[in-house]
Amino acid sequence: MKLDVNGTVRDVDAPEDMPLLWVLRDLLGYTGVKFGCGMAQCGACTVLIDGKAERSCVTPASSVGTGKVTTIEGLSQDGSHPVQVAWREHDVVQCGYCQSGQILAAVALLAESPHPTDAEIDQALVGNICRCGTYQRIREAVRGAAARSGRARP
Amino acid sequence: MTTLTRRAFLHASLVSGAGLIIAFHVPRRARAAEPAPPAKPPPEPNAFVRIAPDDTVTVLLAHSEMGQGIWTTLAMLIAEELECDWSKVRVEHAPAAPAYAHTAFGMQMTGGSSSTWSEFERYRTVGAMAREMLLRAAAARWKVAPARLRTERGWVIHGTQRLSYGQLAAEAEQLPPPAQVRLKDPSRWKLVGKAVRRLDSPEKITGQARFGIDVQFPGLRTALVERAPVFGATVKSFDATRALAVPGVEQVVQVPSGIAVVASHFWSARTGREALRVEWDLGPGAALDSRQLTASYRALAHTPGTVASEKGDCDAALSGAARRLEAEYDVPYLAHAPMEPLNCTVKLEGDRCEIWTGTQFQTNEQAAAARIAGIPPQNVIIHTPFLGGGFGRRANPAADFVAEAVHVARAAGLPVKVVWTREDDIRGGYYRPLFVHRIEVGLDARGLPVAWKHTIVGQSILAGTPFESMMVKNGVDRVSVEGVVDSPYLASVAAQRVSLHSPRNEVPVLWWRSVGNTHTAFAMECMIDELAHAARRDPLAFRAALLKGKPRHLRALKLAAEKAGWGKAPRAGRARGLAVHESFGSIVAEVAEVSVEKGRIRVHEVTCAIDCGLAVNPLGVEAQLQGAVAFGLGPVLHSEITLKEGRVQQGNFDDYEVLRLDEMPHVTVHILPSKERMGGVGEPATAPVAPAVANAVFALTGRRLRSLPLRLA
Repeated sequence: MKLDVNGTVRDVDAPEDMPLLWVLRDLLGYTGVKFGCGMAQCGACTVLIDGKAERSCVTPASSVGTGKVTTIEGLSQDGSHPVQVAWREHDVVQCGYCQSGQILAAVALLAESPHPTDAEIDQALVGNICRCGTYQRIREAVRGAAARSGRARP
Repeated sequence: MTTLTRRAFLHASLVSGAGLIIAFHVPRRARAAEPAPPAKPPPEPNAFVRIAPDDTVTVLLAHSEMGQGIWTTLAMLIAEELECDWSKVRVEHAPAAPAYAHTAFGMQMTGGSSSTWSEFERYRTVGAMAREMLLRAAAARWKVAPARLRTERGWVIHGTQRLSYGQLAAEAEQLPPPAQVRLKDPSRWKLVGKAVRRLDSPEKITGQARFGIDVQFPGLRTALVERAPVFGATVKSFDATRALAVPGVEQVVQVPSGIAVVASHFWSARTGREALRVEWDLGPGAALDSRQLTASYRALAHTPGTVASEKGDCDAALSGAARRLEAEYDVPYLAHAPMEPLNCTVKLEGDRCEIWTGTQFQTNEQAAAARIAGIPPQNVIIHTPFLGGGFGRRANPAADFVAEAVHVARAAGLPVKVVWTREDDIRGGYYRPLFVHRIEVGLDARGLPVAWKHTIVGQSILAGTPFESMMVKNGVDRVSVEGVVDSPYLASVAAQRVSLHSPRNEVPVLWWRSVGNTHTAFAMECMIDELAHAARRDPLAFRAALLKGKPRHLRALKLAAEKAGWGKAPRAGRARGLAVHESFGSIVAEVAEVSVEKGRIRVHEVTCAIDCGLAVNPLGVEAQLQGAVAFGLGPVLHSEITLKEGRVQQGNFDDYEVLRLDEMPHVTVHILPSKERMGGVGEPATAPVAPAVANAVFALTGRRLRSLPLRLA
């Protein structure tokens, strides 16, 4: 099958039922995508497919078709995406394992709702578990990223 | 990832003239409050900092970064004294070697909220030594006295002349390290005590950070192990036929912990494991039932246990008291559930074993791997990538996930990465043990305690481990009773007896962020609250009366209460509860503000005050307290591991619920300016949140919930 990952079309030879997560990690080397639960409960495996946050651990790679997959590695070359900048400014990360998923979930949220309410933030990120408990700074960083994009607008 | 051993690295960098290496040894300074360290290995000089010709300064971490922020904090200590350019600082985990032994605990490890206080002197000293050598190198070049030179942001300066550290590194490394260095006066600190952002952010927000599970190299296979369905079960027989028919599955091998399916990648290994047939000899573990266990513990709590501490005639004082109050508290088993599932990569070659794993326990893993592989410990090379959370699970004296991976690699004859699924993790044991506390208090006419009889029942974490001799005294596991025997509330109680039952069963148990305090703070701080209400006193004023001789507790308590608006009415439908607890050398007070919505407890605000001595990085301290509150709240609201017919009834985050973002309270952290001895910050805020919330729920509903998780229905 062919997969469009971060703007590059890759040829993949994988079993029909193999989740996108493991195709990305074990066959294509995108280890920024994380395994956390395997059943769409924790959000560590979040990727964007055509801009929407999806759980790659329960998405068979064969179902992606021509969808454009964005992993954390494809968000920016150097951590310069506004959400990544906000994450750094708010000193969000601790162990860091869940943060690829958190960041991509936040990117998808802000694409849909550039100035989300607190309730929208809660709803968009409730599926992303962080055992270190960085939630408060995640909220602050999402608000910060939203404010930043607001300033950038004419 | 480098495959050089530390020794090989030292050699290589000396030969290539790649930079300055500081050889050094600082005598271990055990804290009076800590247990005596085991016999000290002979001093071995080693490397803690490297300066490269391009001016980068690389700090080697003797401890594991698992989220707690030492990647930044320990580097700050070196940079402070070295006076280097902070933007040029890089960090690496040190390899497993005796030189990186914990300055108080004697082995290379991360735990007990100890990394910063235990390295405060050593890391600053390293920085000062390196600076001194650079100064001397510059002095030799310029033929002036070192005293006439100064350093600034990575430069040695003499009048208008300047040389960068990178330019001096090769010469400096030839010099003998100074025998003595003088550390900066705190008034001159530029980094220590300041809010400094994390150095590991850039790699962690771009997916570049490497965790153990991310290790990949040509020829590496992935294995999943089918483990016992009940604790203590053994393999009777297995049929690998169908597993081996799965594409990608290469081998099925038996190891002590179960049957391993070795495949080209995770998905094949998982599919193969599902096709595996294993017959088990279940053994006595099949009878385990956590409800029955709690009931039997409650019965045991009515009988005297092994005395942990005693003062006066407790029984006489109890029967002579004006009033008596008794209560029982219980807490369930808890899994750590770090976000990165456990994993370990092992490559065996001849008499060499190379391991990549996120561990808090390098020395321990090294010894375990050496025993299994039949090689000397120094032939076991341990690479520590970032840890995707630890919380104690990656500090297992039994070395379970490492030992198993070495067995699999040996049986398979191939380099193997053993990966645990979430279900393997949740059902894999090494839990925070289930505990029951029974407390009987005798009160005087004013409602103050004059007799305190406290019986604790729960499995010992340390019995049967190499730490037993150090931490279990006269049959009492210190971590089963910490937080009770040393409770500030008991200091003034004339008659008291704390005793302990440590029943054994098949469930493996382990330390879980803040260890014994997770249950002792809950029991103590709820009981004190019960006494306050029984005496019709304000919970803050009542505590203040009991804590007269404990100024640090009082200060923390009063600050948290004041900042939380204690004494002022909260918003309608809300109530507050408070708790203060000392652990790991720090004191944390917390005030929780809660409401009940549709039968569910909601925690809106948690106001914390901490006295941890010097806060080396206040931004990191704040993060640790926010995180500890979140970690502690999961088991207050949701988390529990239960067993029925020996089977763990939870398996993933759908039934082992942890705190999610929508339930995260707003946490405010106040750091008390303090000249006290430095304490830890990773764990101490975990324990007070349970009693603070339970006490708030009582204030709101009048219902005293004495079991975790708190359930209103």
